[in-house]
Amino acid sequence: MARGHHDIGGLSGAGAIDVTEHQLSDWEILADAVNQALGARGVKRTDEMRRAREEMDSAAYRDMTYYERWIASIEAILVEKNILSKAEIDRKLAEFESKWGEP
Amino acid sequence: MSPASGQFKPGDRVKVKFEDRPGHLRTPWYIRGKSGWVEKVYGDFLNPELLAFGKDGLPKKTLYLVAFNFTDVFAKPAGAKDKVLVDIYDHWLEPLA
Repeated sequence: MARGHHDIGGLSGAGAIDVTEHQLSDWEILADAVNQALGARGVKRTDEMRRAREEMDSAAYRDMTYYERWIASIEAILVEKNILSKAEIDRKLAEFESKWGEP
Repeated sequence: MSPASGQFKPGDRVKVKFEDRPGHLRTPWYIRGKSGWVEKVYGDFLNPELLAFGKDGLPKKTLYLVAFNFTDVFAKPAGAKDKVLVDIYDHWLEPLA
């Protein structure tokens, strides 16, 4: 084992923190809403979401933005709990893509 | 709230265990193996290392605010009174004489 990809406190070389204000995209606000709704319904806990992010492929984790990590961890937990299947999610995604085009 | 069940009280000297195991570990890497003192006892809480796997989080674990001298943690210049404060659960700490 070694330091996890999420556990970077105290490491040097990360550069300055970007503190400029930025606008959230609609999908990012939706990701937050879905996350909160699942929490309010008792479907998942914050600790499970954190664990899902820690278990991700490290290269994928580093490539993803903040809310991309959120939706990837929501997907992982919902699949793990047999609430949705990967096939169901992929089918819905294909539906949206044929309706609205590739994101 | 009932008194905290943990082994430490404010002022106690403690050392953070250097554990490295699979799972959701709530103690950051940079503070493992470091020595400090208990600044505050928050109380008993469901164990997040179990909640992370869909378990009930029992038995509860006592959570502390633990203080460290800055220069014991980071090899960087700091003021003499600079501290690093970290929230750490009871099972991550051992007594230091």
